[in-house]
Amino acid sequence: MSGLDGAWTRRWIEAIAAEIATRKSELTALDRAIGDGDHGENLDRGFQAVLGKLDGLDDAPTPGAVLKLVATTLISTVGGAAGPLYGTAFLKAAMAAGDRPELDATGLVEVLTAARDGIVARGKAEPNDKTMVDAWGPAVEAAGAAGDDVRAVLEAAASAAAEGAIATEPLVAHKGRASYLGERAIGHRDPGAESTALILRVAADTQ
Amino acid sequence: MTVGLVIVSHSARIAEGVVELAAQMAAAVEIAPAGGTDGGGIGTSFDKVQAALTAADSGDGVVVLCDLGSAVLTAETALDFADDPERIRIADAPIVEGAVAAAVAAASGASLEQVLAAAQDQAPAAAQPATEQQDLSAPAPSAVAEIELANQHGLHARPAAELVRTASGFDAQVTVNGVDAKSMLRVLALGLDRGTVARFEATGAQATEAIAAIELLAADGFGES
Repeated sequence: MSGLDGAWTRRWIEAIAAEIATRKSELTALDRAIGDGDHGENLDRGFQAVLGKLDGLDDAPTPGAVLKLVATTLISTVGGAAGPLYGTAFLKAAMAAGDRPELDATGLVEVLTAARDGIVARGKAEPNDKTMVDAWGPAVEAAGAAGDDVRAVLEAAASAAAEGAIATEPLVAHKGRASYLGERAIGHRDPGAESTALILRVAADTQ
Repeated sequence: MTVGLVIVSHSARIAEGVVELAAQMAAAVEIAPAGGTDGGGIGTSFDKVQAALTAADSGDGVVVLCDLGSAVLTAETALDFADDPERIRIADAPIVEGAVAAAVAAASGASLEQVLAAAQDQAPAAAQPATEQQDLSAPAPSAVAEIELANQHGLHARPAAELVRTASGFDAQVTVNGVDAKSMLRVLALGLDRGTVARFEATGAQATEAIAAIELLAADGFGES
Protein backbone atom coordinates (compact mmCIF):
# COMPACT_ATOMS: atom_id res chain seq x y z
CA MET A 1 0.00 0.00 0.00
CA SER A 2 1.32 3.43 -0.82
CA GLY A 3 -0.80 5.99 1.00
CA LEU A 4 -4.02 5.97 3.03
CA ASP A 5 -6.98 7.19 0.98
CA GLY A 6 -10.55 8.06 1.84
CA ALA A 7 -11.76 4.49 1.31
CA TRP A 8 -9.15 3.25 3.80
CA THR A 9 -10.21 5.96 6.26
CA ARG A 10 -13.80 4.82 5.95
CA ARG A 11 -12.85 1.15 6.49
CA TRP A 12 -10.88 2.23 9.55
CA ILE A 13 -13.83 4.12 11.04
CA GLU A 14 -16.18 1.19 10.34
CA ALA A 15 -13.72 -1.16 12.03
CA ILE A 16 -13.51 1.16 15.07
CA ALA A 17 -17.30 1.11 15.34
CA ALA A 18 -17.33 -2.69 15.19
CA GLU A 19 -14.52 -3.06 17.73
CA ILE A 20 -16.09 -0.62 20.17
CA ALA A 21 -19.44 -2.39 19.86
CA THR A 22 -17.63 -5.62 20.80
CA ARG A 23 -15.57 -4.15 23.63
CA LYS A 24 -17.92 -1.51 25.03
CA SER A 25 -18.59 -3.42 28.26
CA GLU A 26 -14.87 -3.73 28.85
CA LEU A 27 -14.36 0.04 28.37
CA THR A 28 -17.33 0.78 30.58
CA ALA A 29 -16.00 -1.56 33.28
CA LEU A 30 -12.70 0.39 33.29
CA ASP A 31 -14.68 3.61 33.56
CA ARG A 32 -16.94 2.26 36.28
CA ALA A 33 -13.85 1.58 38.41
CA ILE A 34 -12.57 5.16 38.36
CA GLY A 35 -15.09 7.28 36.47
CA ASP A 36 -18.77 7.56 35.74
CA GLY A 37 -19.11 4.20 34.01
CA ASP A 38 -20.32 5.31 30.61
CA HIS A 39 -17.24 5.41 28.37
CA GLY A 40 -18.03 2.28 26.35
CA GLU A 41 -21.71 3.09 25.87
CA ASN A 42 -20.93 6.71 24.99
CA LEU A 43 -18.34 5.82 22.36
CA ASP A 44 -20.58 3.08 20.98
CA ARG A 45 -23.45 5.55 20.61
CA GLY A 46 -21.11 8.02 18.89
CA PHE A 47 -19.55 5.58 16.43
CA GLN A 48 -22.89 3.92 15.64
CA ALA A 49 -24.17 7.40 14.76
CA VAL A 50 -21.10 7.85 12.55
CA LEU A 51 -21.91 4.58 10.74
CA GLY A 52 -25.35 5.93 9.94
CA LYS A 53 -23.86 9.01 8.32
CA LEU A 54 -21.01 7.51 6.28
CA ASP A 55 -23.29 6.79 3.35
CA GLY A 56 -23.99 10.48 3.08
CA LEU A 57 -20.40 11.08 1.95
CA ASP A 58 -19.29 11.44 -1.67
CA ASP A 59 -18.43 8.30 -3.59
CA ALA A 60 -14.74 8.99 -3.24
CA PRO A 61 -14.29 11.11 -0.13
CA THR A 62 -10.89 12.41 0.97
CA PRO A 63 -9.49 11.17 4.30
CA GLY A 64 -10.13 14.69 5.60
CA ALA A 65 -13.82 14.55 4.68
CA VAL A 66 -14.29 11.25 6.51
CA LEU A 67 -12.44 12.53 9.58
CA LYS A 68 -14.53 15.70 9.65
CA LEU A 69 -17.77 13.73 9.53
CA VAL A 70 -16.54 11.63 12.46
CA ALA A 71 -15.62 14.79 14.38
CA THR A 72 -18.94 16.59 14.06
CA THR A 73 -20.91 13.41 14.77
CA LEU A 74 -18.92 12.50 17.89
CA ILE A 75 -19.16 16.04 19.26
CA SER A 76 -22.95 15.91 18.97
CA THR A 77 -23.66 12.36 20.06
CA VAL A 78 -21.15 11.03 22.61
CA GLY A 79 -22.42 12.89 25.66
CA GLY A 80 -19.37 12.49 27.92
CA ALA A 81 -15.92 14.07 28.01
CA ALA A 82 -14.92 11.72 25.18
CA GLY A 83 -17.27 13.62 22.80
CA PRO A 84 -15.48 16.95 22.83
CA LEU A 85 -12.07 15.28 23.25
CA TYR A 86 -12.30 12.79 20.38
CA GLY A 87 -14.43 15.24 18.41
CA THR A 88 -11.70 17.84 18.65
CA ALA A 89 -9.03 15.23 17.85
CA PHE A 90 -10.80 14.16 14.65
CA LEU A 91 -11.57 17.77 13.75
CA LYS A 92 -7.93 18.83 14.05
CA ALA A 93 -6.92 15.66 12.21
CA ALA A 94 -9.34 16.54 9.40
CA MET A 95 -7.92 20.04 9.20
CA ALA A 96 -4.38 18.66 9.03
CA ALA A 97 -5.39 16.22 6.30
CA GLY A 98 -6.93 19.06 4.31
CA ASP A 99 -8.08 17.99 0.86
CA ARG A 100 -5.20 15.58 0.21
CA PRO A 101 -6.52 12.50 -1.61
CA GLU A 102 -4.03 10.26 0.22
CA LEU A 103 -1.90 10.43 3.32
CA ASP A 104 1.69 9.25 3.09
CA ALA A 105 3.79 8.60 6.18
CA THR A 106 4.60 12.28 6.65
CA GLY A 107 0.95 13.25 6.20
CA LEU A 108 -0.15 10.56 8.63
CA VAL A 109 2.24 11.79 11.30
CA GLU A 110 0.93 15.33 10.77
CA VAL A 111 -2.63 14.10 11.20
CA LEU A 112 -1.82 12.13 14.37
CA THR A 113 0.11 15.08 15.78
CA ALA A 114 -2.80 17.43 15.12
CA ALA A 115 -5.18 15.00 16.82
CA ARG A 116 -2.98 14.79 19.92
CA ASP A 117 -2.54 18.57 20.01
CA GLY A 118 -6.31 19.01 19.78
CA ILE A 119 -6.87 16.73 22.76
CA VAL A 120 -4.19 18.46 24.80
CA ALA A 121 -5.64 21.88 23.98
CA ARG A 122 -9.19 20.80 24.81
CA GLY A 123 -8.57 18.77 27.96
CA LYS A 124 -5.46 20.60 29.20
CA ALA A 125 -4.06 17.33 30.55
CA GLU A 126 -0.34 16.84 31.04
CA PRO A 127 1.53 13.58 30.53
CA ASN A 128 1.03 11.22 33.49
CA ASP A 129 -2.30 12.79 34.46
CA LYS A 130 -3.82 9.36 33.74
CA THR A 131 -5.77 10.42 30.64
CA MET A 132 -5.91 9.58 26.95
CA VAL A 133 -2.94 11.93 26.51
CA ASP A 134 -0.83 9.16 28.02
CA ALA A 135 -1.67 7.00 25.00
CA TRP A 136 -1.68 9.74 22.35
CA GLY A 137 1.67 11.22 23.43
CA PRO A 138 3.79 8.05 23.04
CA ALA A 139 1.81 7.11 19.90
CA VAL A 140 2.67 10.34 18.12
CA GLU A 141 6.28 10.17 19.25
CA ALA A 142 6.67 6.60 17.98
CA ALA A 143 4.85 7.44 14.74
CA GLY A 144 7.25 10.28 14.05
CA ALA A 145 10.25 7.98 14.46
CA ALA A 146 8.88 5.09 12.39
CA GLY A 147 10.16 6.07 8.96
CA ASP A 148 8.40 6.62 5.67
CA ASP A 149 6.22 3.54 5.40
CA VAL A 150 2.60 4.20 6.45
CA ARG A 151 2.12 0.63 7.74
CA ALA A 152 5.18 1.00 9.96
CA VAL A 153 3.88 4.34 11.23
CA LEU A 154 0.47 2.85 12.05
CA GLU A 155 2.04 -0.15 13.79
CA ALA A 156 4.41 2.02 15.82
CA ALA A 157 1.56 4.30 16.92
CA ALA A 158 -0.66 1.36 17.88
CA SER A 159 2.04 -0.38 19.93
CA ALA A 160 3.09 2.79 21.72
CA ALA A 161 -0.53 3.69 22.52
CA ALA A 162 -1.12 0.22 23.99
CA GLU A 163 1.98 0.54 26.17
CA GLY A 164 0.95 4.04 27.15
CA ALA A 165 -2.50 2.82 28.20
CA ILE A 166 -0.99 0.06 30.38
CA ALA A 167 1.38 2.61 31.88
CA THR A 168 -1.59 4.61 33.22
CA GLU A 169 -2.38 1.84 35.72
CA PRO A 170 -0.03 2.91 38.54
CA LEU A 171 -0.88 6.60 38.15
CA VAL A 172 -3.00 8.92 40.29
CA ALA A 173 -5.45 10.85 38.09
CA HIS A 174 -5.24 14.62 37.85
CA LYS A 175 -8.05 15.23 35.36
CA GLY A 176 -11.61 14.08 34.95
CA ARG A 177 -13.88 12.24 37.31
CA ALA A 178 -11.08 9.88 38.39
CA SER A 179 -9.23 12.83 39.95
CA TYR A 180 -11.78 12.79 42.79
CA LEU A 181 -10.57 9.33 43.77
CA GLY A 182 -6.98 10.21 44.64
CA GLU A 183 -4.91 7.12 45.33
CA ARG A 184 -7.91 4.83 44.86
CA ALA A 185 -7.40 5.28 41.09
CA ILE A 186 -4.05 3.48 41.36
CA GLY A 187 -4.12 0.03 39.76
CA HIS A 188 -6.83 0.91 37.24
CA ARG A 189 -6.20 1.58 33.58
CA ASP A 190 -7.54 4.85 32.22
CA PRO A 191 -10.51 4.13 29.94
CA GLY A 192 -9.72 7.00 27.58
CA ALA A 193 -6.15 5.80 27.12
CA GLU A 194 -7.51 2.31 26.47
CA SER A 195 -10.01 3.50 23.85
CA THR A 196 -7.20 5.47 22.20
CA ALA A 197 -5.11 2.30 22.06
CA LEU A 198 -8.13 0.51 20.56
CA ILE A 199 -8.64 3.14 17.86
CA LEU A 200 -4.97 3.11 16.86
CA ARG A 201 -4.71 -0.72 16.99
CA VAL A 202 -7.68 -0.96 14.64
CA ALA A 203 -5.94 1.52 12.32
CA ALA A 204 -2.84 -0.69 12.18
CA ASP A 205 -5.00 -3.73 11.45
CA THR A 206 -7.11 -2.06 8.73
CA GLN A 207 -5.95 -3.01 5.26
CA MET B 1 -31.65 43.53 27.45
CA THR B 2 -29.28 41.91 29.88
CA VAL B 3 -26.43 39.46 29.78
CA GLY B 4 -27.90 35.96 29.49
CA LEU B 5 -26.88 32.75 31.24
CA VAL B 6 -26.54 29.16 30.11
CA ILE B 7 -26.55 26.36 32.68
CA VAL B 8 -24.70 23.25 31.45
CA SER B 9 -25.18 20.18 33.61
CA HIS B 10 -24.88 16.42 33.18
CA SER B 11 -28.45 16.22 34.44
CA ALA B 12 -31.44 17.85 32.74
CA ARG B 13 -33.12 18.22 36.12
CA ILE B 14 -30.13 19.93 37.69
CA ALA B 15 -29.94 22.40 34.79
CA GLU B 16 -33.65 23.13 34.97
CA GLY B 17 -33.52 23.42 38.76
CA VAL B 18 -30.65 25.89 38.67
CA VAL B 19 -32.51 27.94 36.05
CA GLU B 20 -35.60 27.94 38.27
CA LEU B 21 -33.63 29.01 41.33
CA ALA B 22 -31.68 31.75 39.57
CA ALA B 23 -34.75 33.04 37.70
CA GLN B 24 -36.51 33.54 41.03
CA MET B 25 -34.03 36.32 41.77
CA ALA B 26 -33.80 37.70 38.26
CA ALA B 27 -36.99 37.27 36.30
CA ALA B 28 -35.88 39.53 33.46
CA VAL B 29 -32.69 37.61 32.71
CA GLU B 30 -32.67 35.05 29.92
CA ILE B 31 -31.38 31.83 31.53
CA ALA B 32 -31.29 28.73 29.35
CA PRO B 33 -30.74 25.16 30.59
CA ALA B 34 -28.59 22.66 28.69
CA GLY B 35 -28.73 19.51 30.78
CA GLY B 36 -28.36 15.85 29.93
CA THR B 37 -27.77 14.13 26.63
CA ASP B 38 -29.98 14.34 23.55
CA GLY B 39 -31.51 11.03 24.59
CA GLY B 40 -32.40 12.36 28.03
CA GLY B 41 -29.60 10.50 29.79
CA ILE B 42 -26.80 11.70 32.05
CA GLY B 43 -24.14 13.58 30.11
CA THR B 44 -23.80 16.78 28.15
CA SER B 45 -25.03 17.59 24.68
CA PHE B 46 -23.18 19.81 22.26
CA ASP B 47 -26.43 20.50 20.39
CA LYS B 48 -28.28 21.48 23.58
CA VAL B 49 -25.44 23.80 24.60
CA GLN B 50 -25.43 25.41 21.14
CA ALA B 51 -29.20 25.91 21.24
CA ALA B 52 -29.05 27.35 24.76
CA LEU B 53 -26.30 29.79 23.78
CA THR B 54 -28.50 31.07 20.97
CA ALA B 55 -31.53 31.29 23.24
CA ALA B 56 -29.71 33.17 26.01
CA ASP B 57 -27.88 35.72 23.89
CA SER B 58 -29.90 38.87 23.42
CA GLY B 59 -26.86 40.69 22.08
CA ASP B 60 -25.23 41.57 25.39
CA GLY B 61 -23.42 38.25 25.70
CA VAL B 62 -23.74 35.05 27.68
CA VAL B 63 -22.06 33.67 30.79
CA VAL B 64 -21.96 29.88 30.89
CA LEU B 65 -21.98 27.91 34.15
CA CYS B 66 -21.00 24.26 34.13
CA ASP B 67 -21.06 21.41 36.59
CA LEU B 68 -18.46 18.64 36.16
CA GLY B 69 -15.45 18.51 33.82
CA SER B 70 -16.95 17.31 30.56
CA ALA B 71 -19.65 19.99 30.77
CA VAL B 72 -16.79 22.49 30.52
CA LEU B 73 -15.27 20.61 27.58
CA THR B 74 -18.60 20.56 25.75
CA ALA B 75 -19.12 24.27 26.44
CA GLU B 76 -15.61 25.07 25.20
CA THR B 77 -16.21 23.03 22.06
CA ALA B 78 -19.47 24.89 21.44
CA LEU B 79 -17.55 28.12 21.89
CA ASP B 80 -15.15 27.03 19.12
CA PHE B 81 -18.14 26.73 16.81
CA ALA B 82 -19.89 29.94 17.92
CA ASP B 83 -20.35 32.85 15.52
CA ASP B 84 -19.53 35.38 18.23
CA PRO B 85 -17.23 33.63 20.70
CA GLU B 86 -16.14 36.98 22.12
CA ARG B 87 -19.67 37.39 23.53
CA ILE B 88 -19.46 34.13 25.51
CA ARG B 89 -17.63 33.58 28.79
CA ILE B 90 -17.35 30.28 30.65
CA ALA B 91 -17.34 30.91 34.39
CA ASP B 92 -15.04 29.02 36.73
CA ALA B 93 -17.61 28.92 39.49
CA PRO B 94 -19.83 26.56 41.47
CA ILE B 95 -22.90 26.05 39.30
CA VAL B 96 -25.62 26.92 41.83
CA GLU B 97 -24.03 29.79 43.71
CA GLY B 98 -22.38 31.10 40.56
CA ALA B 99 -25.65 31.07 38.62
CA VAL B 100 -27.51 32.93 41.37
CA ALA B 101 -24.78 35.54 41.71
CA ALA B 102 -24.50 35.96 37.94
CA ALA B 103 -28.28 36.23 37.53
CA VAL B 104 -28.50 38.96 40.15
CA ALA B 105 -25.62 40.85 38.54
CA ALA B 106 -27.17 40.47 35.08
CA ALA B 107 -30.53 41.70 36.37
CA SER B 108 -28.88 44.85 37.65
CA GLY B 109 -27.68 45.56 34.11
CA ALA B 110 -24.08 44.55 34.67
CA SER B 111 -21.74 44.05 31.71
CA LEU B 112 -20.55 40.66 30.49
CA GLU B 113 -17.28 40.94 32.41
CA GLN B 114 -19.08 42.11 35.55
CA VAL B 115 -21.51 39.20 35.41
CA LEU B 116 -18.58 36.83 34.94
CA ALA B 117 -16.84 38.39 37.93
CA ALA B 118 -19.99 38.08 40.02
CA ALA B 119 -20.24 34.38 39.18
CA GLN B 120 -16.59 33.82 40.03
CA ASP B 121 -16.85 36.00 43.10
CA GLN B 122 -13.95 38.11 42.03
CA ALA B 123 -14.44 41.32 43.88
CA PRO B 124 -15.48 43.95 41.34
CA ALA B 125 -13.33 47.03 41.00
CA ALA B 126 -15.38 48.99 43.53
CA ALA B 127 -14.47 46.54 46.28
CA GLN B 128 -10.75 47.29 46.23
CA PRO B 129 -9.46 48.60 49.55
CA ALA B 130 -10.34 52.24 49.79
CA THR B 131 -6.83 53.47 50.48
CA GLU B 132 -5.60 52.32 47.08
CA GLN B 133 -7.89 54.65 45.23
CA GLN B 134 -8.01 57.65 47.52
CA ASP B 135 -6.08 60.80 47.84
CA LEU B 136 -5.38 60.58 51.57
CA SER B 137 -5.39 64.33 52.02
CA ALA B 138 -9.02 64.48 50.87
CA PRO B 139 -10.82 61.43 52.21
CA ALA B 140 -13.80 60.34 50.14
CA PRO B 141 -17.20 60.77 51.69
CA SER B 142 -18.26 57.90 53.86
CA ALA B 143 -21.45 56.85 55.56
CA VAL B 144 -22.49 54.21 58.05
CA ALA B 145 -25.77 52.72 59.15
CA GLU B 146 -26.59 49.99 61.63
CA ILE B 147 -29.87 48.37 60.79
CA GLU B 148 -31.79 45.63 62.55
CA LEU B 149 -33.03 43.18 59.96
CA ALA B 150 -36.77 43.05 60.52
CA ASN B 151 -37.80 41.17 57.43
CA GLN B 152 -38.80 37.53 57.69
CA HIS B 153 -35.81 35.93 56.00
CA GLY B 154 -32.98 38.24 57.00
CA LEU B 155 -30.44 38.69 54.22
CA HIS B 156 -31.13 35.46 52.42
CA ALA B 157 -31.97 34.84 48.78
CA ARG B 158 -34.23 37.56 47.41
CA PRO B 159 -33.56 40.14 50.14
CA ALA B 160 -29.83 39.65 49.57
CA ALA B 161 -30.38 40.07 45.85
CA GLU B 162 -32.26 43.31 46.51
CA LEU B 163 -29.37 44.58 48.62
CA VAL B 164 -26.80 43.66 45.95
CA ARG B 165 -28.90 45.33 43.27
CA THR B 166 -29.28 48.49 45.32
CA ALA B 167 -25.62 48.67 46.37
CA SER B 168 -24.50 48.07 42.78
CA GLY B 169 -26.37 51.15 41.65
CA PHE B 170 -24.04 53.58 43.36
CA ASP B 171 -20.53 54.84 42.78
CA ALA B 172 -19.36 53.74 46.19
CA GLN B 173 -17.77 50.83 47.94
CA VAL B 174 -20.44 49.34 50.12
CA THR B 175 -19.93 46.69 52.76
CA VAL B 176 -22.22 44.83 55.08
CA ASN B 177 -20.51 43.50 58.20
CA GLY B 178 -17.22 44.03 56.43
CA VAL B 179 -17.96 42.10 53.23
CA ASP B 180 -18.66 43.47 49.78
CA ALA B 181 -22.38 44.25 49.59
CA LYS B 182 -22.21 44.07 45.78
CA SER B 183 -21.27 40.39 45.93
CA MET B 184 -24.23 38.06 46.19
CA LEU B 185 -22.02 35.19 47.33
CA ARG B 186 -20.38 37.22 50.09
CA VAL B 187 -23.69 38.57 51.36
CA LEU B 188 -25.31 35.12 51.37
CA ALA B 189 -22.29 33.66 53.14
CA LEU B 190 -22.88 36.01 56.06
CA GLY B 191 -26.12 34.17 56.76
CA LEU B 192 -27.67 37.20 58.45
CA ASP B 193 -30.97 36.18 60.03
CA ARG B 194 -33.98 38.19 61.10
CA GLY B 195 -33.28 40.28 64.18
CA THR B 196 -29.56 40.65 63.47
CA VAL B 197 -28.11 44.13 63.56
CA ALA B 198 -26.10 44.55 60.37
CA ARG B 199 -23.53 47.30 59.88
CA PHE B 200 -23.52 48.92 56.46
CA GLU B 201 -20.58 51.11 55.50
CA ALA B 202 -20.03 53.03 52.29
CA THR B 203 -17.09 54.99 50.95
CA GLY B 204 -16.86 56.93 47.74
CA ALA B 205 -18.57 59.65 45.78
CA GLN B 206 -22.08 58.35 46.38
CA ALA B 207 -21.51 56.86 49.85
CA THR B 208 -24.28 58.86 51.47
CA GLU B 209 -26.77 58.10 48.74
CA ALA B 210 -25.94 54.39 48.86
CA ILE B 211 -26.50 54.17 52.62
CA ALA B 212 -29.72 56.18 52.33
CA ALA B 213 -30.99 53.83 49.66
CA ILE B 214 -30.12 50.80 51.79
CA GLU B 215 -31.94 52.33 54.78
CA LEU B 216 -34.99 52.83 52.59
CA LEU B 217 -34.72 49.29 51.30
CA ALA B 218 -34.46 47.94 54.85
CA ALA B 219 -37.49 49.99 55.91
CA ASP B 220 -39.30 48.33 53.04
CA GLY B 221 -38.31 44.92 54.42
CA PHE B 222 -35.85 44.33 51.53
CA GLY B 223 -38.80 43.79 49.24
CA GLU B 224 -40.43 41.33 51.62
CA SER B 225 -42.86 43.52 53.48
